[in-house]
Amino acid sequence: MSALVSLLGLTRDFSTGSGFLKARRVMRAVDDVTLDIPRGSVTGVVGESGCGKSTLGRLVLRLISASSGSVTYDDTDLGTLSPGAMRKMRRNMQMVFQDPYSAIDPRYTIRRTLLEPYQVQRTPLPDAEARLQELMSMVGLNPDLAASYPHQLSGGQKQRVGIARALALNPSFLVLDEPTASLDVSIQAQIIALLEGLQRDLGLTYLFISHDLSLVRYFCDQVVVMYMGRVVEVLPKARDTPHHPYAQALTNSHFEPDPTRRKQVQILKGEIPSPFNLPPGCAFAARCPAATPLCHSDRPALESASSGHQIACHHPQG
Amino acid sequence: MALLTVSGLGVTIGTLSPLDDVSFEAHKGEILGLVGESGSGKSLTAMAVMGLLGRIGGRVSSGSILFDGQELVGLRDSSYRRLRGKRIALISQNPMTSLDPIVRIGAQIDQVSLLHLRLSKPAAKARSIDLMQQLRIPDAETLHRAYPHQLSGGMKQRIVIAMALAADPDLIIADEPTTALDVTIQAQIIQIMVDLVRARDLALILITHDMGVVAQACNRVVVLYAGRVAETNTTQAIFASPCHPYTASLIGCIPSRDQAEGTLLGIPGTVPGVLNYPKGCRFHPRCGDAMQVCARTVPPTTAQPTGSVACHLHEVVT
Amino acid sequence: MALRFLWGVVHTPRGGASAFVLMLVIACALFAPLIAPYGYALQNLPGSNTSPNALHWLGTDEFGRDLLSRIIHGARTSLTVAVTAISISVVVGMTFGAIAGYFGGMFDRVVTAVVDLTWSFPEILIALILIAIIGTGTESIIIAISIAYLAQFTRLTRAQVMALRQETYIEATVNLGAGHFHVIFRHLLPNAITPVIVAGMLAIGDAIILEATLGFFGLGAQPPIPSWGAMMSSGTAQIFIAPWIILFPGAAIALTVISINLFGDALIDALNIRSRLRDV
Repeated sequence: MSALVSLLGLTRDFSTGSGFLKARRVMRAVDDVTLDIPRGSVTGVVGESGCGKSTLGRLVLRLISASSGSVTYDDTDLGTLSPGAMRKMRRNMQMVFQDPYSAIDPRYTIRRTLLEPYQVQRTPLPDAEARLQELMSMVGLNPDLAASYPHQLSGGQKQRVGIARALALNPSFLVLDEPTASLDVSIQAQIIALLEGLQRDLGLTYLFISHDLSLVRYFCDQVVVMYMGRVVEVLPKARDTPHHPYAQALTNSHFEPDPTRRKQVQILKGEIPSPFNLPPGCAFAARCPAATPLCHSDRPALESASSGHQIACHHPQG
Repeated sequence: MALLTVSGLGVTIGTLSPLDDVSFEAHKGEILGLVGESGSGKSLTAMAVMGLLGRIGGRVSSGSILFDGQELVGLRDSSYRRLRGKRIALISQNPMTSLDPIVRIGAQIDQVSLLHLRLSKPAAKARSIDLMQQLRIPDAETLHRAYPHQLSGGMKQRIVIAMALAADPDLIIADEPTTALDVTIQAQIIQIMVDLVRARDLALILITHDMGVVAQACNRVVVLYAGRVAETNTTQAIFASPCHPYTASLIGCIPSRDQAEGTLLGIPGTVPGVLNYPKGCRFHPRCGDAMQVCARTVPPTTAQPTGSVACHLHEVVT
Repeated sequence: MALRFLWGVVHTPRGGASAFVLMLVIACALFAPLIAPYGYALQNLPGSNTSPNALHWLGTDEFGRDLLSRIIHGARTSLTVAVTAISISVVVGMTFGAIAGYFGGMFDRVVTAVVDLTWSFPEILIALILIAIIGTGTESIIIAISIAYLAQFTRLTRAQVMALRQETYIEATVNLGAGHFHVIFRHLLPNAITPVIVAGMLAIGDAIILEATLGFFGLGAQPPIPSWGAMMSSGTAQIFIAPWIILFPGAAIALTVISINLFGDALIDALNIRSRLRDV
């Protein structure tokens, strides 16, 4: 299975506004991420807030530019494209956003929202109404809603509009940035089921960004665990047992909806380091139960452990 | 005997009745889960018990709230103030709204025991530091002098819990205490609360939308839907054999550990708002088992071996 | 929808009364020659400084000209100057504000610096300095007033655009492959325009006062074309023998400006945009 999207050494720094009497501080939001996203599969990115997963998603789509490193889509290095060529390229790679409430222009009807992609890409539609109906039924929306404004829809319906808009130009690659995080649980499952069906029917490739392990385990093929901007472990199958202590802590922190599988939570000592001032060694060392002096001084590199499984840890567990 | 007995509680705000006939009991040494999606009335229930409905222009329209033998409905404001913070404490979702940003956190915890327990200043400080240590806050002596902005979200939430505990309350209501936190931190806060309830023989009402948290922490569960109680039972019974179709569907919305792909369903339709509560059983438009009677009449609450359910499927035919 | 909305505003006591006065003033401005009983320059020296009577409802001035006719024609001058100046100001200010807020960088820094600088001077001072440079006359004061108010609309638009730029739908549109032109004109400006237009409406009231002030100093429309400010100025000499000459133009200014402010306020409440207009 070849890679549709390849990331090589992708890095992004953010700096706080340097100004009068203010020192400039640099934070590395995404640090040296190298990753292949196989065609027709779902790659999950898990991590906690501030781990850089959303920044990674935007870097992949070049919604923000990389400080260094490259993104290759279908053998084209996106960094070499002119702004105009990049705009054309965008029809192939779309995004579904976390917050459906602000993802649609409040002054646009659903109809106008779903036809905007064709206007933007200067793709005339022979039959706009037919395409509109097709898109809406594809995501399970009643076509009667076409004349509605977003404030007349529920959160779940808005997210369906967001998905339909992303699909309008027939892309092959979608970045899903926590697409269900702001929805009710019963609606979340609907949306995941919808995304799952679309992926299967249209042969899409997904980069699924989430903090929810149960969803990632259910939905994804390959899983990437991030901590403080770095990839700490790549699991070729979502249900594989992680070996990185942080990935294990994440798994152990996830509660199953099953009272017979209650967990004894280990209280992690230590605080999360400031992203502006990362320690020289492993970023997790201060909280890690297995940390040794080596972990505090040397940063572990991401290395292949077995086929497809990569880990960045001096002392992999279990 | 139950510490808190809520029976037939109804709440009105203006002409709306967002809460209807809610009954449950909270016992010492137990965690009661109040579960529901947005608009289910779970936070409103907490506000009713805390006597805070006036702040949002609401009032208790029916039923009673018995706390340790004392009727809270119709209680004078001055008497309520003596109860709040002293015997009943609230932990809110966003720790920042509970902490004063310009007062040292130690002083904020001290204040509670100064006010409610009439301790001397040194005694209050010693008590605060002891509480912080019980909540496994590292370096409590130093942090006692810190300001809220110097702490991480998880640490702030522990401070809020320390404040809630400072007056040695009998009942704590925690409204989505971990929703704003990362998973690893959430797990630790939940663990700390479980340990506290056992150690201090507290009654804790845990309001959440997360069935994983319920399964992990709660002894009993009240499932709310659209302002009514759908079902109440022990945690074991709720997960092993849910009686109400809504409970069963809600559990089914979270993919379990080894759920096969393509089997997640969700619940069709949308969560109704208070303006468009359906007639009869409020869940019937989304229910897979709905019968004709469900659309017409409100299902009565019928007793089950360890709990009760409000569903026509379980109605006792006489 | 917009019509029904305006209907709703007009149906409040405040909105209705102010809208009625404004319609009257606008009608005067549009149809002055038809409404006015006399010509604005028609002199009648023997009948100068007559007090209000059946023939001259508001009396006459020192040249015996009918005051009512001059006030009706004066509405035309005042409104033309104020509306034209503010329209120019809004269009140019929105363009500067949108470009500065959207692209940021050097242009934004320069614009912000200039805006902050002019913000610290009163509008009248800026207008006076400009008139000193470009000379007097109707066109001059239109240019002067429009530049005097430019900072306000640049600032307001810039703030709106910078806030809207963070909205997810802007990112979504960029991700569809939209260019800057599409993003600015199809999403940012349509969403930013409401508060700017309302602020513009309120500024017309201020501009009427500014125009009158400049007219009072003899810097505006040149005689015999009537302007409310110039009429008041000429009335100062007769203030003890013919106080109506200064009183009625003053009342016209006050009534118009108060109506504009009340109507603007009613709009702000109906649109629920008070917070978006604050602190800019």
